[in-house]
Amino acid sequence: MGHASNSSEEAKAKGSVGKGLARVDGAAKVRGTARYVDDLKFPGMHHGLTKRSEVPHGILRGIHKREGFDWSQVVVVTAEDIPGRNTILLIEEDQPALVAIGAHVRHVDEAIALIAAPTRALAREAHGFLDLEIEEIPAVFDCEEALSAEVNVYGDDNILKTYLIEKGDADIEEKLASCDHVVEGLYRTQAQEQMYIEPQGMIASWGEDGVCHIIGSMQCPFYIQKAMRALLALDDDNLVVEQAVTGGGFGGKEEYPSMIAGHAALLARKAGVPVKLIYERDEDIAATTKRHPSVVRHRLGFDADGTIRAIDVDVIFDGGAYLTLTQVVLSRGVLHAAGPYKCENTRVRGRAVATNTPPHGAFRGFGAPQTTFAYERQTQKAAALLGMSPFEFREHNMLRDGDRTATSQLLEGSVGSEDVLRAVKEVAEANPLPKDDPATSIRHGRGVAFYFHGAGFTGSGEARLAGRATVALAEDGHFEVRSSSTDIGQGVQTMFTQIAATGLGVEPDAVRVPTPATDRVPDSGPTVASRTCMVVGRVVGQASVALKNRIESWASENGFGDMPLRQAATAMAKVEGEISETVQYAPPPGIVWDDETYTGSAYPCYGWAACVIDVRVDTDTYEVAIDRCVHAVDVGKAINPVVVKGQIEGGTLQSLGWALWEDVIYKNGKVANDRMTNCIVPTFSDAPEMHTIIVEEPFANGPYGAKGVGEIPMDGPCAAAAGAVEHALSTLVSSEGFDALPVSPEAIQRAMRLDS
Amino acid sequence: MPDALLLHMKVNGEDVEVAAPPHFTLLEVLRYKLDLIGSKQGCDKGDCGACTVQLDGTARLSCLTLAAQADGRKVRTVEGMTAAHLHPLQDCMDKQVAAQCGFCTPGILMAAEAYLTKQARAVSRDEVAEAMAGNLCRCTGYVKIVDAIVEASEIMAAKEQG
Ligand code: FES
Ligand code: FES
Repeated sequence: MGHASNSSEEAKAKGSVGKGLARVDGAAKVRGTARYVDDLKFPGMHHGLTKRSEVPHGILRGIHKREGFDWSQVVVVTAEDIPGRNTILLIEEDQPALVAIGAHVRHVDEAIALIAAPTRALAREAHGFLDLEIEEIPAVFDCEEALSAEVNVYGDDNILKTYLIEKGDADIEEKLASCDHVVEGLYRTQAQEQMYIEPQGMIASWGEDGVCHIIGSMQCPFYIQKAMRALLALDDDNLVVEQAVTGGGFGGKEEYPSMIAGHAALLARKAGVPVKLIYERDEDIAATTKRHPSVVRHRLGFDADGTIRAIDVDVIFDGGAYLTLTQVVLSRGVLHAAGPYKCENTRVRGRAVATNTPPHGAFRGFGAPQTTFAYERQTQKAAALLGMSPFEFREHNMLRDGDRTATSQLLEGSVGSEDVLRAVKEVAEANPLPKDDPATSIRHGRGVAFYFHGAGFTGSGEARLAGRATVALAEDGHFEVRSSSTDIGQGVQTMFTQIAATGLGVEPDAVRVPTPATDRVPDSGPTVASRTCMVVGRVVGQASVALKNRIESWASENGFGDMPLRQAATAMAKVEGEISETVQYAPPPGIVWDDETYTGSAYPCYGWAACVIDVRVDTDTYEVAIDRCVHAVDVGKAINPVVVKGQIEGGTLQSLGWALWEDVIYKNGKVANDRMTNCIVPTFSDAPEMHTIIVEEPFANGPYGAKGVGEIPMDGPCAAAAGAVEHALSTLVSSEGFDALPVSPEAIQRAMRLDS
Repeated sequence: MPDALLLHMKVNGEDVEVAAPPHFTLLEVLRYKLDLIGSKQGCDKGDCGACTVQLDGTARLSCLTLAAQADGRKVRTVEGMTAAHLHPLQDCMDKQVAAQCGFCTPGILMAAEAYLTKQARAVSRDEVAEAMAGNLCRCTGYVKIVDAIVEASEIMAAKEQG
C-alpha cells in the first residue's frame, strides 16, 4: 500500500494551497471558546487603570493622592518606579512610558500614573482621588500651523521627518510649464480609528524566578520584547511576550501594545500580583494611534493626448506628539505618491509634523491611502478635462512590466496592472449606470480607481530584518509552524497551515500553528506591511520542504523508504525526538536601494488593484448609498481564495467608511467622538454587495507566487467613492467639493450650498 | 442596598443560582460569575453588539441589561448553541470563513439566531443587513456573514418543513 497511499495523500495535500478551506481557528471562534486577553484569569490578579494628562501641553508639577481614600488598598505607579529607561522604545526614545515630574506633557492622553486594585471599581475610585498638577503651556493642533514653529512640540521646528524623491533631469517647474495641461489639487484626509472590535489589553505577571510574562492582544510580540528590555531593564531570558487570540488589529495593535504591556508590567512588578490592563472603549479610541491626517498638494502635468509628463507632490502628515512609527508611514506615503503611472519627471516631497495630539501611527495602508486618494482624484480630473474615459486615461499611462517607478525601480514580473483594470472595466461596462430621473432627488455616479501597493518592508528592510521561521516535527508526530507572525483575524494560521502542508506533502490536519510566544518562536519580523504571507510564508514553505527532505532521507536510510511521510515522520519522532528546520529569509537578488537618494527598489514587488464604485446620492438628504463595488486585486497567488476575498472585502469597507462616513473629531487635541457609534464605522446596512476579482500574477520569490494582500484593498476605494459622488453631482457641484474626506452628508450639503 | 443579589435564571437550559452585586450587568454576571466568556465586551455602551445574548428568545445587549432583569428568565449565550453538532448558523459561518478575528462572532450568532427563529423562513440579504445593523464587525466587510446567515436560514427553513 505504501506508494499508493503516499501519492494519494500527496495529491490531496498538493491541493491545499489554493483551496478555500475553512479557517483552522474557525470552530473555536464560532463556538465562542477562543480565549482573548480579557477572557484570561490568573490567581490573585488585579485590574489596572491609567491616569492621563487631560492637558494637551504642559509641564507636570505634581501627582497628589487626595485624602478621603484608603490608598493602602491599591498600588500606584509613577515614573519613579521604572527600573529601566523611561521610554516606549521603537524607532526613537522620545515617548515616555510615564511622564516624570518636571517633564513635558505633550498630548491630552499621556499616561502619568497607573493604578492597580483587586477590582476595577476600586481602581476607578482611586483614579478619582488622584490629582495631577500640570502647568499648561500653549499647544498646537494643526500640522500646517505647527510648521511655523511658534509652539515647540518636537526638536526646534516640529518636523519629525522629511523625504525627497526626484526623478528626471529637468527642473520640475519648467517641466510642468511645458505640459499642455496641469491639474492642481489640494487634498485633505482625516484621522481614522482602526476600531478593532476587541479593545486593547494586556496581562503581566512576574514569576518567582524574576521572569516577566506578558500576554495580550498584539500584532508584534518582538516589538514589545524590545520595548520591555529597555523599560524594565531585563534581558530576553527574563522576558516572555505571548500573543492571546487577538480581535483585530489593522495596524492599531502594532506599536501601542508596547505601552500597555509596559504599564501592566510595571504595575504587576510593584503589586506583586498579575495585573490585567484592558482599555475601555472610549479610552482606546482617545489614546491609541490612528491613521495620520494628511494635506497633499498635487500637480499633474500632461499633454493633449493624455500622456503624463510631470508630477509634483507635496505631502504633509500630522504625526501627533511623538515620532512612534511616523517616519516609516510617511516613507510609504511618499513612495506611493506618484501613483502607478509612468512619468519621467517627478518630484515628491514629504514632511511629517509634530502636533499636540496623541501620536498617529500604523493603520492598514500605512500612508499609502492618503497619497492614493490625492493621485486618483487627480487622475479622475485629468481624464475628465481631456474628455477621456477614466479607464482609457489610466491604460494610457499605467506602469507595465519593464517600466520604471518614481524611484526608478525596474518592474520585472508580477505586474498585474493591465489585468486588474481590464477586469473591473469589463464588469463596469456590462453594468451601465442607471439614468437619472430628473423628477426625483436621486443622482447616480461612478468612480474608478487604479493603484498599487509595495509588499513587504521598504528597500533593504527585509534584508535587515532577516526574518526566520521554524517548522518542527513534534514528538507526537504533528508538524508545528513556529513564527512570530500573529493571526489577528487575517488568517495567518490557516495560510501557514496550507503552505506547510503543501511543502511537507501532508494533509492540513497534520499541521498546527500555535499563537506565538517570544520564548518559543524565532523572530520572523513584525506582522505588518503585507509581508506575512509573502515573506514569512516563503520561509515557512522552505522550512517545510527542508524538513520533508530530512524525514525522507532518514526513512530511506532506515529502511522505511516506502512509508507515507506522515508515518515515517511518526517513526522518526519516536527515535529522534523533536526535529526542526529553521530558514531565514533571503531577499530576491537585485534589490538595490539607496536610502539617501530614495532611489532603487523600494519594495520587493507590488500588488496591483482597480475598483469601480457606483453610488446613489440623494440630493434632498445628502445621503450616499453604494450600489456596486467591483474590486480586482492582483495578489500573486491566493493561498486560500476565500480568506483572501475576506481580506479584500474587509479592507474595501474600511476604505469606503473612511471616504464617506468615518471621522475623528478633535477638540483641543482631545478626541470628541469617542464612541463606536459616533466615529461612524460602517454597519451591516451600509455595506454593499461586493464583486471581488482575484488576479494572480505570480511573484517568483513568494510562496507559490503569493505576494501581499492585506493593505492594498484599503488604498483605492476611498478615491473611487469620492469620484463617484463627484460624478453623481457633477452638474451641481464643482469637483473641489470632494477633495477632502470624509465626503459625508454634511460635506455634500456644504458643497451644494456653496455652489448654488 | 444589599451587597449582593441572589439571582435565579435558566442559562443555556440549566438552572443557575448566582450572587452578584446589584449594579452588575448581565454581561458581567455571565463573564465574571459564570465564566461564560463567549459573550464579548466591545464597548460596554450598547454600541457594538458583541455582547448580544438572548433573553427569553429575544436578542438583548447584555452590557445594557442589569443582571437583575434576567432574574427568573431564560438566558441563552453562544455556549448554548453548541450541542453535539454545530448549529447550522455556526456551521455556515465557519464554512464561509465569516469569522475572521472572531470577536464579533458570538454576538452576531446570537442576534442572527433570534432573528431567524422568529422569521422561521429563508431570508434575503437585504433583510439580514437590516436585521443585523446593531452588530458591528470590522474585519469582514459583512459580505461573508450575510452569505452565512442567508444560507443558514435556508437550511433551517428546510429542516422545519422536512
Ligand atoms: S459590549 Fe454591549 S454593545 Fe458593545
Ligand atoms: S470578525 Fe473581527 S470583528 Fe468581526
